[in-house]
Amino acid sequence: MTDVGVTVGDLGLPGGQPAPAGSGPERRRWHRHPPTAPRPALAAAGRMAARIGGPALAVTYLSLLVLLPLAALVTNAFSGGWAAFWRAITQPEAVAALELTLGISAAVAAVNSVAGLAIAWVLVRDDFRGKTLVSAVIDLPFALPTIVAGLTLLALYGPNSPFHVDLAGTRLGIACALAFVTLPFCVRSVQPVLAELDAETEEAAASLGASRRQVMGRVILPSLLPAVLAGAGLAFARAVGEYGSIVLISGNIPFKTEVASSWIFSLSQSDALPAASAVSVVLVAIALLVLIVIGWARRRFNVPETV
Amino acid sequence: MQTTTPHLSAPGDAPSRTRLPSRRIAAVGALALSALALTALPAGAQTGGTVNLVAYSTPKPAYSVLATDFAKTKTGAGVTVSPSFGPSGTQATSVVNGLPADLVNFSLEPDMAKVVKAGLVSSSWDKGSTKGMVTDSIVSFVVRPGNPKHITTWADLVKSGVQVITPNVFSSGSAKWNIMAAYGAEIEQGKTPAQAQLYLSKLLHNAVAQPSSASAALQTFLSGQGDVLLDYEDDALYAKSKGEPVDIITPPQTILIQNPIAVTKTASPAAKAFLAYLLSPAGQTVWGQQGYRPVLPSVAAKFKFPRPKTLFTIDHLGGWTSVNTKFFDPQTGIVAKVEQSLGVSTASG
Repeated sequence: MTDVGVTVGDLGLPGGQPAPAGSGPERRRWHRHPPTAPRPALAAAGRMAARIGGPALAVTYLSLLVLLPLAALVTNAFSGGWAAFWRAITQPEAVAALELTLGISAAVAAVNSVAGLAIAWVLVRDDFRGKTLVSAVIDLPFALPTIVAGLTLLALYGPNSPFHVDLAGTRLGIACALAFVTLPFCVRSVQPVLAELDAETEEAAASLGASRRQVMGRVILPSLLPAVLAGAGLAFARAVGEYGSIVLISGNIPFKTEVASSWIFSLSQSDALPAASAVSVVLVAIALLVLIVIGWARRRFNVPETV
Repeated sequence: MQTTTPHLSAPGDAPSRTRLPSRRIAAVGALALSALALTALPAGAQTGGTVNLVAYSTPKPAYSVLATDFAKTKTGAGVTVSPSFGPSGTQATSVVNGLPADLVNFSLEPDMAKVVKAGLVSSSWDKGSTKGMVTDSIVSFVVRPGNPKHITTWADLVKSGVQVITPNVFSSGSAKWNIMAAYGAEIEQGKTPAQAQLYLSKLLHNAVAQPSSASAALQTFLSGQGDVLLDYEDDALYAKSKGEPVDIITPPQTILIQNPIAVTKTASPAAKAFLAYLLSPAGQTVWGQQGYRPVLPSVAAKFKFPRPKTLFTIDHLGGWTSVNTKFFDPQTGIVAKVEQSLGVSTASG
């Protein structure tokens, strides 16, 4: 089943394909005809502008918000030359911080993918009292300022924990904090896809003699795999850059619990901005690579609709 | 067909109805003139003004008391203090990058040097009678009530099983004071620089957390982690005054923390008046009541701050300029090398 997709033609933008006659409710036109007769040249120019305008607007916005800052980051990283860049990224603290961050983020993304799938399953397929509340609560980590999340986690899992677990200063503590902030991604990316799944396919498989486990493994999970991977990718990307929620519970010990974002912050505070940019570039590059691989995997495992 | 959207007029259209009637022009003009008249009123230096204060994080509670008291004085009547608090290094960087500031108060001199280098503060900021400093303090040990682990000297900090909390030196000014206090204490006790460096290695080995700032470190300590926190004496006194369960131990040897203050080149007269107040006996008395050691000897004599046996300054250790590079450069500094050797030997899974 493909993601729910909207093609440009459906939007009814001038210059796109007009809706085929009789294809449903009247599509609303986006531009209004002026009361006087349109000048042909002006109208044609207007259509061309709209055809370029849409993508141009998107690219401009993307550039201003994402690409320009990234370009500035890369420029800053290499402002001391290749030698300075190499020294900054091979410094033992940087290597240790990057290894720690990438390792823990990958593990958390993997664990939360499974947990997110299970939670989405329960929310979609089961009915119980308080389901709406549970569903709303899942999005809470999005709304909570990360430093508040960090304080809460320290109070819950730190030395004064009411459960008598002390995760402060440990990597498990970091993992718990990251799991908390990335869970909504894993749940919300799977939930709509699961809800849209056609029950007929499962029923057909069951009527042909497939066991529950076979239905699960051969019919349902493959359909959900792209969504699960999407959630994992988002969770990984968020975990890699997380700072506020882990900075208190981690203890920030170099080589043990200092994550990349913390080391980058320390560098930036010590007037070593090019070095901070250098480590950031490496982090962003690796995160980008992982996201590209996940995107490829999603397309590769996309189950086309055959029914 | 009538449209409600304005459209470009073409030749032959009826005259546009968008021209302002003359009555409206007169009204707008009158408003503009009165606005001009208001701004032309002389801005009395005695009747107000704003002070954009940029300071490190610790003196926030002190400044709210100081600003209120200043407003009661003649020169301070009607003055608004608009403060910004944050980690000392971050604040200095923000000011260099354009944060509006009339009065800057940092934790340590290198942060002031950053702002002087950017041309925002005069290079003669430290030529006054107090050498540019507004308050003093010392590095103290903060322990649990009753001091259960009997931590009283620097040697106690490196005993096995003692858990120390000190902020990360690359992001916190307080951490730098702590490290130099530890290093200097060893030197004052007759150790060689190499032995003092070995001490730093043992101290950082016992550090169970290195939070990013002094306030984060206090939070971490109060959350139950660690046996001893290295902190400014004034920060510890404030926590104690708020009823936090801490005891403050004055080490026998410690460093004199000196906090620099200066007005920027574009400071308002109100800011200069505020600085004068902060350095006056009245202002220094308020500082003292807030737990800061006054820089005016006459006022300092009125308070009974603990006197460590040996009190040294950063100048004993070479001054901040050389110390900052020698110890705290993130790639070549002594602390970075100590961390690396600790990390390589203790980095386990």
